[in-house]
Amino acid sequence: MAISRRTLALVAGGALLALVPPIAALTNQPFYLDLFRRMMIFAIAAVSLDLILGYGGMVSFGHAAYLGIGAYAVGIPAFHGVDNGWLQWGLAIAASALAAAVIGAVSLRTSGVSFIMITLAFAQMLYYLGISLETYGGDNGMRLAGRSRFGGPIDLREPAVFYYVVLAILVLLLTLGNRLVASRFGMVIRAARSNEVRARAIGFSPFRYKLTAFVIAGGAGGLAGALLANQTEYLTPDFMHWTRSGEIMFMVILGGMGTLFGPVIGAVVLLLLEDVLSALTTHWQIILGPILILVVLFAKRGLFGLVAGAETRDG
Amino acid sequence: MADTLLAIRGLSKHFGGLLASDRIDLDVARGETHAIIGPNGAGKTTLIGQLAGDLRPDSGSIHFAGQDVTRLDAPHRARRGLARSFQVTSIFREFSALDNVALAVQAHAGRSFRFWRSARSEPALREPARAALEAVGLGARADVLAARLAHGEQRQLEIAMALATEPRMLLLDEPVAGMGLDESQKMVRFLAMLRRRITIVLVEHDMDAVFTLADRISVMVYGRIIATGTPSEVRGSDDVRRAYLGEDRA
Amino acid sequence: MSINFALLLEQTLNGLQYGVMLFLMAAGLTLVFGIMNLVNLAHGSLYMVGAYLATAFTEKTGSFVLGVALALPATLLVGVVVEIVALRTLYERDHLDQVLATFGLILFFNELVAIVWGRAAIFTSVPPFLSGHFRVLPGLPYPTYRAVIILVGIAVAIMLWALVTRTRLGMRIRAGASNRTMISALGVDIRQLYTFVFGLGAALAGLAGAMAGPVYSVQPGMGEGILIQVFVVIVIGGIGSIRGAVVGAIVVGMADTLGRAFLKPLLATIISPPAADKAGPALASMSIYLLMAAVLFFRPEGLFPARGRS
Repeated sequence: MAISRRTLALVAGGALLALVPPIAALTNQPFYLDLFRRMMIFAIAAVSLDLILGYGGMVSFGHAAYLGIGAYAVGIPAFHGVDNGWLQWGLAIAASALAAAVIGAVSLRTSGVSFIMITLAFAQMLYYLGISLETYGGDNGMRLAGRSRFGGPIDLREPAVFYYVVLAILVLLLTLGNRLVASRFGMVIRAARSNEVRARAIGFSPFRYKLTAFVIAGGAGGLAGALLANQTEYLTPDFMHWTRSGEIMFMVILGGMGTLFGPVIGAVVLLLLEDVLSALTTHWQIILGPILILVVLFAKRGLFGLVAGAETRDG
Repeated sequence: MADTLLAIRGLSKHFGGLLASDRIDLDVARGETHAIIGPNGAGKTTLIGQLAGDLRPDSGSIHFAGQDVTRLDAPHRARRGLARSFQVTSIFREFSALDNVALAVQAHAGRSFRFWRSARSEPALREPARAALEAVGLGARADVLAARLAHGEQRQLEIAMALATEPRMLLLDEPVAGMGLDESQKMVRFLAMLRRRITIVLVEHDMDAVFTLADRISVMVYGRIIATGTPSEVRGSDDVRRAYLGEDRA
Repeated sequence: MSINFALLLEQTLNGLQYGVMLFLMAAGLTLVFGIMNLVNLAHGSLYMVGAYLATAFTEKTGSFVLGVALALPATLLVGVVVEIVALRTLYERDHLDQVLATFGLILFFNELVAIVWGRAAIFTSVPPFLSGHFRVLPGLPYPTYRAVIILVGIAVAIMLWALVTRTRLGMRIRAGASNRTMISALGVDIRQLYTFVFGLGAALAGLAGAMAGPVYSVQPGMGEGILIQVFVVIVIGGIGSIRGAVVGAIVVGMADTLGRAFLKPLLATIISPPAADKAGPALASMSIYLLMAAVLFFRPEGLFPARGRS
């Protein structure tokens, strides 16, 4: 069996990521462990968005809302002394999935420009809701009382352990995502994106499938939020700010939308870029802005296409 | 009276001040091939749209297989057995021909909330899809990207997709539009083969195709059906002649 | 209920004033959406540019009126330049590309004004000749400046109405909002029309920004907050429709202002005051989005969609 460039790229990427903690330990640079862990968390968020954006064609500009919900689903229980990780992360997934169900049920009745604006508006609504939660810090946010507890060998306060938990979740998400997009369900979503009129004409009612995909993506985004809260040990409504949604979207595009693995690269590259640029000047956004415009105009296919060859994206 | 599969009563539709469908009555019997012809602007596309479920009529009713489908949307009608092809070819361009038809098979089979098994690995979807492609003559092109198929092949693909849903009736909107002589003759021969097995309603401008295929023809002018009958009846009708020649003089 | 009439009237007028700001932004944006099918997230940046330029010109010339008068054409110019340089390529692109590219523009503009004027919020004062109050009703003084904003809004609405319904250009705009390909097929110079529409939108946004200075603070990122509410206005009103923009702006402006002012005391009559204290502000900020969701649920195309769009 020939091994495609794509598989090779994935294995190589996975191996590299797995090697970061030992290398960081050897070179005594714990900063890199932290950095890559952060990148992987955003990669999880980006992959979850790719499901609906790249494969489903749903331009949801409010995906950061689920990160926020997930983060507060960890932070609020922790504030009240509940630090059971299973409970918190389960709540994160459930709450964001529920929010996605409600938001999707309303938003998916529209399409095009309206859909984008509505998802944006709903996310902003949640942002303002977060700001109004005085008990939990309001717009200043709050410190996380303590990282999620899982018992046994899984102690998230150990940097390397937390790192491998994140890596495992990323790998799991990519595996499940891969199966999902190739499954019957995935085919409907992709067909609806390709030609919705045609999909309807053969007998698919796209709304129910799109909503399901929306909920799945929302839940996964919530998990990313739970991880992010643990990572930064601080949560603020800014997690849900619409500019964060834009950032995640960019990761998907930069990496290559509709490839699942591309967004991982996109997350890594964008966060690296932001890191590098912000070291150069506090006004780094004035450089990032035009870069993003240029990427959109000229490099739409994304980086994954460059790395793994032309046959990365079908249907 | 033959078993009526499609019954249209009093179908009317306005667009602003324009009356696109004017109290249309029409019956199509099971197994019949019924052609709808008429000059441009006669409202044929609007009629097709209302039959397919893309447009809501302002008044009137459409009964399909004995059931009132007037309020049903396109996917529901497709699931009831009404398959269609489009005037401007509408397929899933980024998928292979086989994928396109397999999607139609899947739509018909239901059960699309499956999240794990790869759809491309399911014989229950692939086999019937292959068969449908063979039937329309595209068997050898199964793995070609739909966007790369020739125009005529793409229209054949649409027919294959329609057939894959095991429909009771085919609604064909100008099936040979844009085809060269060879291709359109091939398509007409194929449709002629289908005639006995399945009810067909088609809109066409190509008169050769119409008179070869149709059991009965309805002539539409300004949103109304002015004549319905066998090909010879329609050819001999004064009303029809006036409508067509009258159009030229106006 | 202990809400007094004067407060209610004052908040209603405030709601109208906020509605005017929303309308000025929404009118341009809805036309751009409707005619050019362009999602322009950077519309808020034009509002911000208008605010900064008005502040700068006012400082330079010492006259508020002159400051605003200069800011308008300057913002128009910025808008036209952005349209020609960055946006023209986007008309053909899909919405996702437009969203991302204009998002990049936002980052650029926010940082640009931060470089030139710093990140700190700038507070401008109401010009002396417009400060003070005037008596709307006996016993009810209302800030003159805010009243002027309302009047300006009404004047602009009337002028837009005249433009759209009484001129050839307006006819093309209306036709474009309802069927884009048709007007280009009819030989109308699309590029000129697009640039004009965009420029008009930029000028209106600039006007809103210029007037906003004394009422709200001027700072980087000020455009985004109002922009999202403008989206809500357009979604509720219907894309491509100026009438929809008027109605939507008034509805959203009122709902937001009155919600903030009265939801807490109103809730306190139904549930306990401490609970109302918590729930009030939260509900108030969510109110317009809930309103949007409600409208969409029953009419996904908005209240007054441009004819032929639904």
